[in-house]
Amino acid sequence: MIRLTVDGRERSWDASPGDTLLDVLRREGVVGVKKGCGSGDCGACTVLLNGRAVNACLVLAARTNGDSVITIEGIADGERLHPVQEAFLDVGAIQCGYCTPGMVLSAVGLLSRNPSPSEAEIREAISGNLCRCTGYVKQVEAIQLAAARMRGES
Amino acid sequence: MTRKPTFVVGRNERKVDGRGLVTGRPLFVADVDVSGALVVKMLTSPHAHARIVSIDTSEAERMQGVALVMSHKNTPATRHTTAGQGYPEPSPYDARMFDTKVRYVGDRVAAVAAESEEIALRALAAIRVQYEELPAILSIDEARQPGAPVLHDEEDAKGIYDASRNIAADVDIDVGDAQRGFDESDLVVETTCETQYAQHTPIETHVVLASLDAEDRLVLRTSTQVPFHVRRIVAQTLGIPIYRIRVVKPRIGGGFGVKQEILLEDVAGWVALQTRRPALFSMTRQEEFTSSRTRHPMRVRVKLGALKSGLLRAIEMEATSNTGAYGAHGLTVLANTGSKTLPLYNKAPNAHFFGQALYTNMPVGGAYRGYGATQGYFALETAMDEAAEKLGIDPIEFRLRNAIRTGEGSPIFEKLGEGREGVSQTVKSCELERCLAVGAERIGWIASRGKRARSGARVEGVGMSIMMQGSGIPQIDMGAATLKMNEDGSFNLLIGATDLGTGSDTILAQIAAEVLGVPLAKILVTSSDTDLTPFDVGAYASSTTYVSGMAVQRAAEKVRDQIIEVARPLLGASDEGVELRDGRAVATSGAAVTLARVCERAMYETDQFQIGATASCVPTESPPPFLANFARVAVDVDTGEVHVLHYVAAVDCGVAINPRLAEGQMEGAIVNGIGYALTEEMQFSSRGRVRNPSLFDYKILGAMDVPKIDVVLVDSYEPTGPMGAKSVGEIGINGPIPTIANAIYDAVGVRLHSTPFTPEKVLDALDRKGASIGRKEGKGER
Repeated sequence: MIRLTVDGRERSWDASPGDTLLDVLRREGVVGVKKGCGSGDCGACTVLLNGRAVNACLVLAARTNGDSVITIEGIADGERLHPVQEAFLDVGAIQCGYCTPGMVLSAVGLLSRNPSPSEAEIREAISGNLCRCTGYVKQVEAIQLAAARMRGES
Repeated sequence: MTRKPTFVVGRNERKVDGRGLVTGRPLFVADVDVSGALVVKMLTSPHAHARIVSIDTSEAERMQGVALVMSHKNTPATRHTTAGQGYPEPSPYDARMFDTKVRYVGDRVAAVAAESEEIALRALAAIRVQYEELPAILSIDEARQPGAPVLHDEEDAKGIYDASRNIAADVDIDVGDAQRGFDESDLVVETTCETQYAQHTPIETHVVLASLDAEDRLVLRTSTQVPFHVRRIVAQTLGIPIYRIRVVKPRIGGGFGVKQEILLEDVAGWVALQTRRPALFSMTRQEEFTSSRTRHPMRVRVKLGALKSGLLRAIEMEATSNTGAYGAHGLTVLANTGSKTLPLYNKAPNAHFFGQALYTNMPVGGAYRGYGATQGYFALETAMDEAAEKLGIDPIEFRLRNAIRTGEGSPIFEKLGEGREGVSQTVKSCELERCLAVGAERIGWIASRGKRARSGARVEGVGMSIMMQGSGIPQIDMGAATLKMNEDGSFNLLIGATDLGTGSDTILAQIAAEVLGVPLAKILVTSSDTDLTPFDVGAYASSTTYVSGMAVQRAAEKVRDQIIEVARPLLGASDEGVELRDGRAVATSGAAVTLARVCERAMYETDQFQIGATASCVPTESPPPFLANFARVAVDVDTGEVHVLHYVAAVDCGVAINPRLAEGQMEGAIVNGIGYALTEEMQFSSRGRVRNPSLFDYKILGAMDVPKIDVVLVDSYEPTGPMGAKSVGEIGINGPIPTIANAIYDAVGVRLHSTPFTPEKVLDALDRKGASIGRKEGKGER
């Protein structure tokens, strides 16, 4: 049994010793978290673990007792989307959308510690999130737009 | 031409499915509750070529939690193709659900359905298989050897060109007399280029959830590009009627061609039918590399004959394709290598295209964005660059002198189609010249070409290439759309078309909204459900915008006409013009009525009927989009590394229904293409095993590996297309290989003829050229 906070809600879940955080999240219905490889290579399962972007497939669930996990399902404020989500919609940064949850969380993690990232810093922050659809062009643009909006500049 | 202003088309509308995707709603196959589903796992062949002497599944069957063990002994034996193509499929029927022979490392041997993945894997390990190993063919050259082992010696295969010689498919077409053309030429250039094994790597791997509905019909919720072909081919494979199957495509995590294939649905469906339990079957990332589909590796030889004036007299192209263990898409990818490339240079009066797709004991080729054109353009655009240089003509000018233009055709269109004769057509929109002008300006062509700017060991160069693709398969592809009106003035748009993430649901809704004069939000899209939506061949061949889009436009026009007829009495407008705009029917007199009022009348008041219509489109031609590519690269002459610094793609795709989504198609295709040019390569052991089946070892580009990319949508209008549109889905992936190759040549004077352009190959080529002088002195020589 592990106790953790997921998207602001206290959860108590069964976890086998071999279960990853990704396994448990998806099994418990937090399916916004995606699986693309299971080996930490694609970033589709990125979540914020205590504020830091991590691959949920590389984190043993048993080690997350007492931790706070934020997933794509927990960053909007009710109906109001997170500025990164809005920006992804506005600039056309979503194609198939399978990498989007992880990509968005990497961006949210970046902007929480660096409100004015350079393009290179943005690219570095999402370098672990593979996308086969977009070529990253509009995703980088979306993160720049979100950063500007969050700074109150546009 | 004056074009009517548009209000929804041509605008960067948000994707209609975007909000659900960006908030992580449960939209993908495995996002529904699968807790009660059996888990299916596949035992695959460790041998490249072997006969299965015996399979003992008894121990696996006895294991607690195992529901079903499948092998050739207890499953249907119907020969079919896994290629999700229109019927009758142009691919050979050379596959069985489970066969008595395995033909590549990764081929199906047996499968288990169990209560958990863990149990399924233990059960797989308990299956005893005795193989009789057979000599294997691991290259196209070995396939050609006299006395080579025969892969498809089964008697029930159909549609193989010559099984005894491992030839899956053969194409040979002539226009004029190529030999005479070469004899007349002042210059003849010949080049041979080879492309590697590459995988699509959609971030979501193949996955299907099979279950029975309340009437015991088989429901396949699957990650596919071709739901209607899945329904037909699963029915054929399992021997059940089509009406007993429903295929639903939810949101899917990318396809790029690899999901135009029926790889899991037959087995998952069989499990559901046999056990009456839901069954979840997905590929691991490793299986995606070892057991799904790849791009057909090819060797393409191109010979060009040209006059001093810079006009081509003849083109010959010979393509040898490695189709792997099965012939999926073997014929059509091969044919496309010629049919999507040679018409581009229609000034050559003589042309010869021929080639074969050969079986090998290697992973299976399939559809992959570009579909043969990618391989063909590497050789063609390399040869064009060589010829331009030898003629002393600027490569842009040389291409323009020979390229097809508006109002022109090419005999190739008619001679070579989808694995059979094609369809004659005249190009009605071609802005290639402007694409070239814009691209050359953006890259700084004149200032950079041949300058070899040097910084340390890095030498810069610029290169270019041009290309065309098609928009669907003429007289074969079909798309259909149904629109029905609701009493608040909204519409349900039901389409068989298959959105892989491309945005087709959005742009098809934009077309409907434009015709009906309503905002996009009033179009509610339901797509890709064989029970609910009309037929569509699916997402391939760059067809959706052009083919399905025209079906939507026609359905919307029918509905518009119905609305206008119902509105006339309300408007007091019996004869005068009525048009739909801003959610209203507006008469020339200025009288107006809301669409909600119109529908209310039709639904509840007078001469009641459902306002709605279905329309289809089977295109009679396939208008090519055109593309000019430019790249600036830096080649490190010490390490051999190639860095792409800037990539410019100027494309004529007709009217972009949603410009940002169109740019996104180009950007994604270009980055995939750059990866294919530089880093992506499936590597094999001497026994045919994939050595790098992970995203760690098979390098696709990440955000930090991508150069500055400029996509320019050049203004154009295709008169036969919906709202003036052509296609944009595939063309972009063809550009990077020849463009980067030509830029490398501009930088350091070596031509690379095999992809990927690794540092080793670059250094090798520099050494072979004896370019050490250039490397020391910082000057190349040609």
